[in-house]
Amino acid sequence: MARKKRRFKGGEIPTSSMADIAFLLLIFFLVTTTIDTDKGLGIVLPAEGQELEIKKQNILNCLINSSGKVLLGGEPVAVKDISRIVKKRLQENPRLIISVKAHGKSQYKSYVKVIDQLKQANATRISIAETE
Amino acid sequence: MKFSRKTKISSDIPTASMPDIIFMLLIFFMVTTVLREYSGLPIKLPKAKRIEKLQSKRHVTQIWVSKEGLISIEDRLYNLNNVRNVMYEKRAADPQLTVSLKADEAAQMEIISGIHNELRKADALKLNYSTKTEVD
Repeated sequence: MARKKRRFKGGEIPTSSMADIAFLLLIFFLVTTTIDTDKGLGIVLPAEGQELEIKKQNILNCLINSSGKVLLGGEPVAVKDISRIVKKRLQENPRLIISVKAHGKSQYKSYVKVIDQLKQANATRISIAETE
Repeated sequence: MKFSRKTKISSDIPTASMPDIIFMLLIFFMVTTVLREYSGLPIKLPKAKRIEKLQSKRHVTQIWVSKEGLISIEDRLYNLNNVRNVMYEKRAADPQLTVSLKADEAAQMEIISGIHNELRKADALKLNYSTKTEVD
């Protein structure tokens, strides 16, 4: 063998770049790990005993029946049209309050869809009536 | 000053960077571990488009409602009438409390409305209907 002994001199693992590698890994995990945050439709319930008298012309009733059909202001409408109609009504009357009332046997799914539609119409004044 | 040249071959693993690695691991686990995770009830969340994120898990309490009408808070089943007591205590402990309602899409509105009432009585007014993102 012609190998010289001085070639084995640097037998240590280089440590100067270790910190860099560690930080790289740390950043990699920080970027890739998504902490699954809860997403959803936010709403603030009215406080107990806080019933307000609202003028009739400022209320838009939105009724949901047990099969998920929606009655908006007395007329039956398709769920996907709600946001468009409500947006138009809000332009006419910015003080409009949308009162959502769902039938007791209606599904939560249809209710969430209606709330989502109202949110899409940027309606902030949403009132949730109790079911019968 | 002249440093003496190293002639001896050292064979041990360097330990100088060991603390860095340990700290890195520590930070990694701190970041990824979510405290107080509950398994809840098996539910199928409804879908919505206009969703917002909940700020932090720290101020959130989840209420699970299954399609059969079971109500679970922190992996314990409750009657509708007892929800207010549980939530009242939670609200008293944390005024910033947000309730995340994880209800099945086939749950009946009777129960949801009942929970609304219970939450109003418990003064836990910030509510979030947990949904999935709808892709269109």
